[in-house]
Amino acid sequence: MAPRSTFPPGLELEARKAAPMRQPLRAAPVPPLLVVALDQGSGDAAQPLVTAGARVRIGTPVGRAVGETSVAVHSPVAGVVRGVETRPVPGSAGEGACVVIENDGSDEIEPGCASIDWPTLPPQELLARIRRAGIAGLGGAAFPAYAKLAAARERSATHLVLNGAECEPWICCDDALMRERAADVVLGAQVLLHACGAAKCTIAVEDDKPEAIAAIEVALAAAADPRIELATLRAVYPTGAERQLLAAVTGLEVPHDALPPAVGVMCQNVGTAAAAARLVRTGQPITGRIVTVTGSGVRQPANLDARLGTPIADLIAACGGYDSEPLRLIAGGSMTGRALATDAVPLTQAVNCVVVATAADLVARGREMPCIRCGDCATVCPPGLLPQSLLRAITAGDDAEVARHGLADCIECGCCDYVCPSRIPLTARFRSAREARKVRLDERQRAAAARERFLRHEQRLAAMAEADRQAFEAARSRARGEREG
Amino acid sequence: MAMRFETSPAPHVIAGFSVPRVMFQVLLALLPVVLVQVAVFGPGLLLQLLVAGPVALACEALALRARGRDAAPFLRDGSVLVTAALLAVAVPPLLPWWLMALGTAIAVLLGKHVFGGLGSNPFNPAMVGYAALLVSFPLEMTRWPVPFAPGGDWDAYTGATALDALRTGLGQRLTMEEIFAGPEFGSIGGKGAEWINLAALAGGLYLLGRGLVRWHIPVAVLAGIALPAFAMHAIDPGAYASASFHLSSGATMLGAFFIATDPVSAATSDRGRLVYGAGIGAITWAIRTWGGYPDGIAFGVLLMNAAAPLIDRYTIPRIHGHERR
Repeated sequence: MAPRSTFPPGLELEARKAAPMRQPLRAAPVPPLLVVALDQGSGDAAQPLVTAGARVRIGTPVGRAVGETSVAVHSPVAGVVRGVETRPVPGSAGEGACVVIENDGSDEIEPGCASIDWPTLPPQELLARIRRAGIAGLGGAAFPAYAKLAAARERSATHLVLNGAECEPWICCDDALMRERAADVVLGAQVLLHACGAAKCTIAVEDDKPEAIAAIEVALAAAADPRIELATLRAVYPTGAERQLLAAVTGLEVPHDALPPAVGVMCQNVGTAAAAARLVRTGQPITGRIVTVTGSGVRQPANLDARLGTPIADLIAACGGYDSEPLRLIAGGSMTGRALATDAVPLTQAVNCVVVATAADLVARGREMPCIRCGDCATVCPPGLLPQSLLRAITAGDDAEVARHGLADCIECGCCDYVCPSRIPLTARFRSAREARKVRLDERQRAAAARERFLRHEQRLAAMAEADRQAFEAARSRARGEREG
Repeated sequence: MAMRFETSPAPHVIAGFSVPRVMFQVLLALLPVVLVQVAVFGPGLLLQLLVAGPVALACEALALRARGRDAAPFLRDGSVLVTAALLAVAVPPLLPWWLMALGTAIAVLLGKHVFGGLGSNPFNPAMVGYAALLVSFPLEMTRWPVPFAPGGDWDAYTGATALDALRTGLGQRLTMEEIFAGPEFGSIGGKGAEWINLAALAGGLYLLGRGLVRWHIPVAVLAGIALPAFAMHAIDPGAYASASFHLSSGATMLGAFFIATDPVSAATSDRGRLVYGAGIGAITWAIRTWGGYPDGIAFGVLLMNAAAPLIDRYTIPRIHGHERR
């Protein structure tokens, strides 16, 4: 079971995706109470548009996007808003503002939702529709989809890559989507191509998903769109990481200080494409997503099409409830997922998978030993860092050396941790070093701003004093003149 | 009612490799060398191992205690036993026991713990011990038994090694044919030593196969020895021994696969390790050819250990999305 390191670097990991894939994709029951997070996972919250008592339907806007990194939020259910409350959320903030909605069971849809004749729509208009629909990247990072598409259009990117690699263990929501809704993925590809202006699209799928590949092939044949092709990739973790995927598919490396459109490419998740397809088919904003509920601690692992705002506890209940002794609840996969403190957090666009892990699914870290510089971490590091040297530089507090060893280039995939014989939590160290560095930079910026303010204040005071002095001089000379005159 | 869970940073699974596992695999890979050396030179090595092992553990415990560390996990990690075993197979099997003990103590205390213990030593501890013994007790350290000698009075059977005989012979202006006719020589390398090298090669291939050692350092060391040997032998076969002789004599294979590959004191990146290994090989060949000591592995390793941080500085690999540097 020893994982092999691979070239390009990465790991061949045990997939652990079989159990949920034995169940057909199904809709999750809609709970009586939905908790719709105003931050759907990108890190910035939308502004609430509703207050307690408001009547909402499916698709009623409840949050307005602020800035470039938050998405518009819509009610995923018909009912009455109970209030905007601070609740635990799955993101790194731990808690955040959520619109709590009581479901009246009617599933009434906001009036005015109609299918969109997208091919005749100017791209800017289509981008605006995608923006208004609140679609975030469904691969896990939840960055607003329209922002990436707009950036690609601005830089005249020519190649859209749809990410269906799904390389991380446990997660199989994209596999389920591609198997059962391949036509939506292909339609979504066409919609996104129109929106971003790219000339061609590659749907990239890892070769451990033969059913998904077959389904996509059928959908592609039906669509007969020569701009869209399928690429199968070797199943290696983390091929689905954006920069790694783009390199694997297009052979292009995105410069470290730029975004993919800089080299004419862009990447969207297959789920995001399917959400765009649903938008043009129904005119409805995004109100749900497919989520994998799995792990040895849940009775019947499955992929569920669930409404956003459904508490994780309800998703687990929909899969037969907890089994044996659940130890850790992970939002995401085993390599990069966040361990949740409670199951009272709602589903957001960022949550692609929930792993209810028992001791059998986890590996106890054991005692951390000193680094023996074996270099296994460097062998598997996808961006080609020397994690051991980076750790040394961080420990030594040598900022120049830390930068030289590419702390900013770490993609936090966890490969180095995985192979480290000394059991050093490298990824966590790198993450906290980045956070500390960000805090330092923020502080420095704040200090610089304060200094600037102070200097301006001083200058104003000096100017006022100078004006006073001149006024005094003027008055005095006037007075003198009057006396003499 | 909400369920509560423990939190822990990602990743949530690891491969489960461990330092002890690495070290015990190295010891296992060393077994063929031990067996063949016993077969060639008699059971002296076993006594050396019996001295070196306990002394190494005792020194490790002592040093950890003095440094205020919890000794148990480090005693169990096996690294100090690897140091002891490497030193034991490197010294002559008839070395007085107290020299073995002294060398081991120097290796563990001065080679490893004064720098901060496991993972922090800039020099290969076993080679620190070996070099200290070699410069302090050159006579004892160069008296090897005659290979395949019948049992009995070992003192009567000690003599020079093939590398020694080559140096002496060339000094006496003997021809290569005359030198290689001597009793110290086997079919391609040193008599007996060629078998030990073969055993070390087998153990080394096991390490390579298990992924415990990557190919860069061993290949570079062997190339570093073989290329100058091949070139000079081609130019002047009367004064320079062949590449095959160098590869199968002395501690070549042991050095390439077991000693130079100690990751703690080696260069870091793949490219750095190629430079590092090639340096060890070239220095070894140069010391064997022109230097004052019969073999040069220990000094080659120690010198390149000293150069490793510099090599690291200039061999940081290109990071994805960055220009070449």
